[in-house]
Amino acid sequence: MIGIGILSGMAVTLRNFVGSYFEKDRLITVQYPEERETLPENYRNFPFLVYDTDDAAAGLRCVACKICEKECPPQCIYIVKSDDKKPDYMGKLQLYPKVFDIDISVCMSCQICVEVCPFEAIKMDKVFELSCRERFDTLLMRKEELSKSNIYYHKIHPVEAAEVDANLAAAAEAKKKKA
Amino acid sequence: MNMSSRAERSVVEGPRDGTSPVIPRDPSTALGMTTRLDGELLEVSMGPQHPSTHGVFRMNVALDGETVVKLKPVFGYLHRNHEKIGENTSYLGSMPYTDRLDYFCSLTNNWAYALSVEKLAGIEVPERAEYLRIILAELTRLQNHASLLGFLLSDMGAWGTPLMYAFREREKILDLFESLAGSRMMCDYMRFGGCRVDAGPDWIGRAKKVLDAFPRFLDEFEKLLVSNEIVIARTQHIGKLTADLAISAGITGPMLRASGVNYDLRKVDGYGFYPRFKFRVPLGDHGDTYDRLMMRVLEMRESIEILKQAFEQIPAGPVMNPKVKLRSFRPPVGEAYGRIEGPKGELGFYLISDGSSNPYRYRVRPPSFINLTILEDLCLGHTVADVMVILGSVDIVMGEVDR
Ligand code: SF4
Ligand code: SF4
Repeated sequence: MIGIGILSGMAVTLRNFVGSYFEKDRLITVQYPEERETLPENYRNFPFLVYDTDDAAAGLRCVACKICEKECPPQCIYIVKSDDKKPDYMGKLQLYPKVFDIDISVCMSCQICVEVCPFEAIKMDKVFELSCRERFDTLLMRKEELSKSNIYYHKIHPVEAAEVDANLAAAAEAKKKKA
Repeated sequence: MNMSSRAERSVVEGPRDGTSPVIPRDPSTALGMTTRLDGELLEVSMGPQHPSTHGVFRMNVALDGETVVKLKPVFGYLHRNHEKIGENTSYLGSMPYTDRLDYFCSLTNNWAYALSVEKLAGIEVPERAEYLRIILAELTRLQNHASLLGFLLSDMGAWGTPLMYAFREREKILDLFESLAGSRMMCDYMRFGGCRVDAGPDWIGRAKKVLDAFPRFLDEFEKLLVSNEIVIARTQHIGKLTADLAISAGITGPMLRASGVNYDLRKVDGYGFYPRFKFRVPLGDHGDTYDRLMMRVLEMRESIEILKQAFEQIPAGPVMNPKVKLRSFRPPVGEAYGRIEGPKGELGFYLISDGSSNPYRYRVRPPSFINLTILEDLCLGHTVADVMVILGSVDIVMGEVDR
C-alpha cells in the first residue's frame, strides 16, 4: 500500500527522537564550550619548540639545522642561525636559532617537521582556540611564543614524551660510554 | 519616486532606443542558444554557489519548460594547482597535499599515493601496516557512503534529518581517525613503506565497538530509504546509465557497478591483502539513481564484513619498513601507476621519476572528475529538480574534481 514506506520512515525518526533522551549513542552532541572532550594523545595542531630546564632561551633543543625549514611542504618556517654557540642538553656547543618563525596561517599541521627533526626539538601542540582579529602578525609565531617547556610536552603527549625522553637519555648514555 | 532617482536608474536599464542591452557572454561557457525573449529555451546557470552542488560546481542548463535539453558542467573554481605543486615538492611533501584532494576520504588518497611511490621504488610494506590500511580504507568507505546518502536525501528535500543521522555515524568514525592519525579529516597517516603510528589495542577495541553498532544504523537508514515512496518516485528510472556508455566513458566505482559491470579493483588488481578477504561485489541492474543509492548501502554491508575479518586476522608486528628513509627520499628513474578502489572509484597516481627528490611528473586520476563527464547524458530529458539528485548520486567532491 502506498504510504507504508513513509510511515515506517517516520517510525525511524520517532525512535531516534525518543532514543536521543535515553541512549548516549544517539545523542552525541557536545555542548562546546561549556562541555569539552579530552583531546586524544595523537591529536596535532601546530608545531612548537621544546626546551629543557626552566630557561626558554638556554634550554632550547633546536640547533638551527634548518632541516624542517627545507622539508616543510608549504614553506612556512623561517630560521636564521645564530652567530655564536651555546651548550645543548648534552653539553656540546651548538648553534641556536636567532630567528625561528612559523606562519601558522600557512601551516597545514602535517607533522613533517616533527618527523624529520633529528634533535626532537619540534613537536605538535594541541591548542586550537587561536581565532584572532588580525591575520598577519598574530598568526606569525615568533621563537618566544613557540618555545614551550618539556613539562608542557609531557602534559599534552604523555606517552610520546616519555618515549622521547628515554631515547634522549639512552643517546646521552651511549655518548658518555664512548667518551 | 522623484525624477532624479528615475534618471539614475535608467542608466542601469540600458539604452532607450529600443535595442536590447548587450549582455557580455563568456564564449567558453555559453551554450550558444537563443535567449528567453526571442526563443522558448531558458538558460539557467546553476551554481557555483548552490547548496546542492557539493562545492563550487556550476552547470549551465538549457531548459525547455522544466525539461533539461542541454547541460554543460563548468568546473575549475576550486583549482589549487595540485599536480604542479606535486612536481615541486619532495615525494614526502606531497603526502599531506593528497589529503586535500577528496577531503572526505583522505586515508584512501594517502594509500593510493603511497602505493604508487612504493611501486616506483620497490618498497615492501609490513603485514600489520597492510591490514591497518585495509581497516582504515574500509572505515573511510563507510563514512563516505553514509554521508553521501545523507547528502542525497538532503538534495531530495529531506532537509536535515537523514543527513544528521549520517553525520552522527560519520562522527564516530572520524573520532577513530582523530585518535589514531591526529586529525579528523586531514589524516596524513600513511608513509611509503607503512603507516606513521601503530594502532594500540584500545584503538582496535574502540573500532570494533563502532563497527558493531554500525549495522543498526544501516538497518534504520534502509528503512528510511528503500521503501519510501518519495525516494522511489524521485530516483527510479531517473538518470539511467547504460553499461556501454559507462565503460566507454571510463566510469569506475559504485557508479559503474550500479550499471551491472563487475569491475572492482579490490578483486581485479587484488592490491594490498584484499585477496585474503571474503567479500562480495554488489551489482546493479538498471543503472538508475536508485541503483546507485542501493549500491552504496550494499557496499557498506560488504565493508563491514571485510572489517570484521581484518580485526580477526590482524597480526602483531612493525608498521613501518625500517629501510625506508623519508628525508631526501630519491626513487630510481622510472615510472609507476598505482591505483586503488577508492570509495568513489578508481583513484590512481601516475608518477615519473628522473631520479631527483621531486617527481618529474605527478598526475592524479580522480574518480569524481571522470564520473562527472557523463552528467549531461544522465540528465537529458529529466527535470531541473532531478539534476540535483542525479548529481548527488554521482558522488563528487570538488576538491578532487578541480585539484
Ligand atoms: S626544529 Fe629540528 S629540524 Fe628544525 S632547525 Fe631545529 S633542530 Fe633542525
Ligand atoms: S606541520 Fe607541516 S606545514 Fe606546519 S610547519 Fe610543520 S612541516 Fe610545515
